[in-house]
Amino acid sequence: MNVAITINGDERSLDVRGHESLLNVLRNDLDLPGTKDACEQGECGSCTVIFDGESVCSCLVMAADADGSSVTTVEGLSSDGELHPVQEAMLAEGAVQCGFCTPGFVVAGSHLLETNPHPTEPEIREALSGNICRCTGYGSILRAFETVTGEES
Amino acid sequence: MDFFAAHDLDEALAAKADHPDAQILAGGTDLMVEINLAHHRPSRVLSLRRVGEIQELSDRRIGAGVTWARLERDGHRGLAQAARTVGSPQIRAAGTIGGNVATASPAGDGLPWIIAAEASIEVQSKERGTRTIPWNEFFVGVKRTSLAVDEVVTAVVVPEDVPPAQEFAKVGTRNAMVISTVSCVVIRGDDGFRVALGSVATTPMRATQAEEMINAESTISDSVLDEFARIVSAEVRPITDHRSTESYRRHASGVLARRLVERSLR
Repeated sequence: MNVAITINGDERSLDVRGHESLLNVLRNDLDLPGTKDACEQGECGSCTVIFDGESVCSCLVMAADADGSSVTTVEGLSSDGELHPVQEAMLAEGAVQCGFCTPGFVVAGSHLLETNPHPTEPEIREALSGNICRCTGYGSILRAFETVTGEES
Repeated sequence: MDFFAAHDLDEALAAKADHPDAQILAGGTDLMVEINLAHHRPSRVLSLRRVGEIQELSDRRIGAGVTWARLERDGHRGLAQAARTVGSPQIRAAGTIGGNVATASPAGDGLPWIIAAEASIEVQSKERGTRTIPWNEFFVGVKRTSLAVDEVVTAVVVPEDVPPAQEFAKVGTRNAMVISTVSCVVIRGDDGFRVALGSVATTPMRATQAEEMINAESTISDSVLDEFARIVSAEVRPITDHRSTESYRRHASGVLARRLVERSLR
């Protein structure tokens, strides 16, 4: 069935298959592989996108139900070749190991800063609690967020 | 798969009347997991995401489409505490109380509060209009409710006099992103304590024997609390499964209920 979704500011008209998730459509039909596909059950946060202003797992959004929505993926966070401040901070802190979880952390973290520009350390931890890093690089990830929010640990 | 997104309640009820087999999609946090893992492939899906009438939230009426994120901020105390333990921020932004109610998992985090608050479930159909089903008649088994095939859960209706002293706690294997091993709500009012538990029976349940015992006491001493916890542990009806054992669930039920009674007195 046909759906119209605004992806990173561009309206796209797409033919989606029944049962398919938004995650699948992003990766397979829209050539946006930054959003990662891992658990497919909302446990890991690696597929986090901004969906109509909310940070959600794109694996749990039925693509057919996304008609008329606005989606921002990790690819949409940088502008004019400039990285998002969260991406800059993660680079500076070496908060990337294998990199698989990184887009999810970047998107969830950018949403936090959008809604709460000066979060406390517990608020940062809470906002990132739905994102799993299996290299356990959490320490450097948290430090990166503390530098970008001005919160010192 | 046949997909239909209702834009208002009339459309949703008409679609459910025409196609009682349609699987309702709300936040997607249960249904999409089943679909992704290929446990369940519904042939027809009816989305309620755009239905404005079920998004309203007040002290007396919680629309079925209200998300955990909203309840965490604006819900009754015990329900807000429960909402905060649901999944992750991503899950709480999507999942709804109506989905929790209609799915009726024994581990549904919102359900112990509903039965402790003695709330009712409002359901609607095109044919029969609105039914308001008392909490103790709605949940009938593991993922089974008294909802008819052509009905849609539209709200949780909260009694006027639900006391403000409410506490929720749950036990799981970690702090974030966990399905409860045992969950518990205690509400303390002028008529005494109400104690509700999740994940310890086929449906969320009230610990009525423990309630009777503690509500007959004039002073809540340590020995009263010991006996209360013992009765809670004895009257729950848990099973051993992949998440925990029967004996641990009995133990944790007593510990949680006792702790929440103490917390509600502070």
